[in-house]
This record gives sequence, C-alpha cells and structure tokens, in this order.
Amino acid sequence: MAIRSVLSRRTLSSLKESSSKLLGLRGIQTFTLPDLPYDYSALEPAISGEIMQIHHQKHHQTYVTNYNNALEQLDQAVNKGDASTVVKLHSAIKFNGGGHVNHSIFWKNLAPVNQGGGEPPKGALGGAIDTHFGSLEGLVKKMSAEGAALQGSGWVWLGLDKELKKLVVDTTANQDPLVTKGGSLVPLVGIDVWEHAYYLQYKNVRPDYLKNVWKVINWKYASEVYESECK
Amino acid sequence: MMMTTTSSFLWSCSLLPSQGPNRQTQWKRHEKVLSFSLSCSPKSTVKFYMNGALVSRQLSRKVAVSGVVRAGFELKPPPYPLDALEPHMSRETLDYHWGKHHKTYVENLNKQILGTDLDGLSLEEVVLLSYNRGNMLPVFNNAAQAWNHEFFWESIQPGGGGKPSGDLLRLIERDFGSFDDFVERFKAAASSNFGSGWTWLAYKANRLDVANAVNPLPKEEDKKLVIVKTPNAVNPLVWDYSPLLTIDTWEHAYYLDFENRRVEYINTFMEKLVSWETVSTRLESAMARAVQREQEGTDTEDEENPDDEEPEVYLDDASEEVD
Repeated sequence: MAIRSVLSRRTLSSLKESSSKLLGLRGIQTFTLPDLPYDYSALEPAISGEIMQIHHQKHHQTYVTNYNNALEQLDQAVNKGDASTVVKLHSAIKFNGGGHVNHSIFWKNLAPVNQGGGEPPKGALGGAIDTHFGSLEGLVKKMSAEGAALQGSGWVWLGLDKELKKLVVDTTANQDPLVTKGGSLVPLVGIDVWEHAYYLQYKNVRPDYLKNVWKVINWKYASEVYESECK
Repeated sequence: MMMTTTSSFLWSCSLLPSQGPNRQTQWKRHEKVLSFSLSCSPKSTVKFYMNGALVSRQLSRKVAVSGVVRAGFELKPPPYPLDALEPHMSRETLDYHWGKHHKTYVENLNKQILGTDLDGLSLEEVVLLSYNRGNMLPVFNNAAQAWNHEFFWESIQPGGGGKPSGDLLRLIERDFGSFDDFVERFKAAASSNFGSGWTWLAYKANRLDVANAVNPLPKEEDKKLVIVKTPNAVNPLVWDYSPLLTIDTWEHAYYLDFENRRVEYINTFMEKLVSWETVSTRLESAMARAVQREQEGTDTEDEENPDDEEPEVYLDDASEEVD
C-alpha cells in the first residue's frame, strides 16, 4: 500500500503543479484523481483487484482528465462570450464531470471487510431503512433488482430526499449524477452498473456482481452523510 | 384469388429481403409445416408511426411456398467459427458476446412475445413497432439487440479490413470526400459515443418530410451515406435508414480483449475485421429497395387508406414573433 500511495501522490502532485501552471492565472479549479483509502485487492473476492485498478487508474482518471480539458475550454468560451461553444461543451462536462463525481462517491461507498465493509447500518440510517423498505434485505433486493434491470450503462442509488425527508431508490443513466433526478436528492450509496465495473470478473452476469457487492458496501460512510444531511 | 395475393406477396418478399444477406436462409430454417390454405391468414393492417407520420403496413405471417410460419426467433451463429477472428477478437469474447449476451436477448425476446400480437412477425417488424416513436415498448430492447447483434456478426469476417470498391467506394468518396476521411469520421463517432451504443454507416433514402422531438429530421439531400451514433439498443431502422455496417461499442464487446481501450478496439475493427463485401451487398439491396419504393410510391399513393388520420406534424414555426 505504501509504495502505491507514494507513486500516486507523486503523480498527483506533479499533475497539480502542471495544471496550476497552465491555469493558475485564470483561477479555475481543476481536479485530480482521489486516492483510494484501501489497496486495489482489498475488496476481494467481491470485486477483483484487477477491476479496481483499471476502474480507478484508467476509467476514473480519464473522466478527470477529460473533465479538466472541458473546463478549460469552457472557461475560454465563457470569457470570449462564445455561447455556442459553451452550449456544445455541456455534454462533455456532464459525462466527464458526472463520471468524476460519481466515482469519487463510489470509492467511499466501498470498504474492505476488515474496515467495516458489509456491516449493516446502525443508528439513524438503519432505522430509516427499516421504516422505508421494511428491512435492509428489502432495500438490497430492490436496489439489486433495479440495478440488474437498468439497460445500458448507469448507476443505482440509495438517496435521501432532503425536502421530503425520505429515502429513495433511483437509477441514473450513463454518468448522470443523482441530482439530475431531483435537486433535493443526496446520494448515500451508489453502485456502478457500467459493464466496466464488473465484466472482467462476472462477465455478463450482472446479478451476481450485485449480489456480492453488498459484502463490501461501507454503510459507515453512508450513515455519516445521512446524519449530517438530517441535521 | 388467394393464390394471386399470396404469390404477389412472396414476390415482393424476395425483392425486398429483410436487412442482411442471409435473412432468407435463416427464415426458412426453423419452420413448422402447416397446411398451405390454412396458414394464409388474412392480412392485417397495422398502423404505427415512422418519423412522425402514420404509416399503414400490411403485415402477414411470413409464409414460404411450403406454407410455414415462423415460431420464435433463433440464435443464428456467426458465419465463421468462434475462434476465426483471433487474434483481433478472441474466442473468449465470441463465447460470451454471442454465446451469452446475444443468446439471452433472443431467449428473452421469445419469452416476451410468445402468444402476443407480435408473435409471428419478422424481427424487423417487431423492432419497428416497439420503437413507438422513441417511447419504446418493453420488448424493444430485446428485439433491437437481437437484430443488432446478428447484423454485427455479419458485418465482420476473418481476414477483414482493407478497402471497399465499386459502388460502395464511389458513394463513400462522394459523401465523405475520401475513404480515409470516412474512416476518420466513423472512428471519431464510435469513440465519442458515450455509454452503451452502436455506430453505423447507413444509406439514407427517406421521402418523409416530417420530424418529431425524438427522431431526426430527414434532410433534403436524399439517398446518401450517413454515419449515425445510437444509444443502447436503438438502430437506424427506426428512422427508415438502411443500415450497412455497425460496430458494437457496448463495453462487453471489447472489454475482455481491450479493457478500457475502446480506440484500439475501433482501430482493430476497421483494419482487421470489417467485411466490405457484406457492406457492399447490403448497399446494393438498399439502393434497389429505394428505387422500388419510389416506383411503388407513384403507383400506390392513392391507395393509402382514406380512413387514416392526418399525420401529426411537428414543425417549428420559425415565423413566430416574440414580443
């Protein structure tokens, strides 16, 4: 873990440097790939180390890189008053920005078993799940079913509707963040059902991936978010 | 009378084969023999929307000379052994992509349509009906994916790649400037198709002049080659285009061989896999179909059912003043 962390920190800091050099004058915020708080292989056997590495270092990194590029182009277009370019860039921003947002949440939604992965939620969130879905099993069943039925690429979410003060299960297509389904929705748990999230290990059997992923879901993080939003 | 009707239907059937060169063979393969006169059930008229216009189609059970009726769709194997595309597309990929993904679409489709009105229609008809102007009916996903995958396997071959020739090359050069320009644009489209989907080369010969919010507006230039990107299961049949070539860019199509490197997959597809011979054959059929429809159009316009409602037209009124 130490070696991987050093390598990624080095890469990250040089990334930061170069992006600040290029864009420091303009002052737009650029983004970097967040570190994982666990080894790539730490989620096995639920999710293979091979998948975790490619998912993090290739897919998520690509979203970050492309998001930064799109932001830079957006900044220039905004400053020039080039409205059609601004509009044209929106899909690239949605895809790549959404990809960055969603995956950043996802890595926190996962934890190795020896760090609490799979442990059922207690406290306020646990109670709310029982209230809204009958039991944790009920919630898991519903999310797994909706995740399996999602056509193409997307995510299945457990969210909190801040306004209505209730838990919801919903799906989003491609890299749309949960907020695109409702401005008051806060993501608590997101499960990536793009094929890249499971294919090398589970191939076409998405339901098996969905059965196993719950063993490494980090309910502690979800509870923290829930409790802070409920204040 | 009955015989005349039937044989004219058969004649038009052979002149306008369903998309793809091998459809006729497939269609004859899994047949139950029924008595001839019985099975020639009266034609039913089905109305559905295509590009915003209400279209009447005479649909009959597809009957061959021996009087047979289709009973469920079959998973057709690719026209080459599963390992024949190595090293460009692995045997393992074919095992999963054809043997699991494609197979599941066909099986689930059959379960969904059994005993319904859609049972007995051709796959293309099921796709067109269930597209429902973009508000897809539940069966669309399986039907379109079954169609798309069969079309995809036939779009590639061992020892593929190279350059097209003849009419196909001529039209590509006419509509894209050069073959290299076409390849650039096709690759760019395929690599920028975010999420799951397909990228197509299609022959466009629409005569329709209406659009709706979901389907593209047919342009004035008729009869040209176009590159189209579609999401998930959508294919250009639903816009009345004739598909000629497709590349599957769902991740399952390339992940085992290329992981996240979609661009490398697309390059390999163009350089080593694409079957220009098949694309050319499809183009010839498409061009023949277009000519035939033009002739039909002038003959049969008056025969359009007078009870049809006026097609709903969605046109922007550009002349509207805003206060």
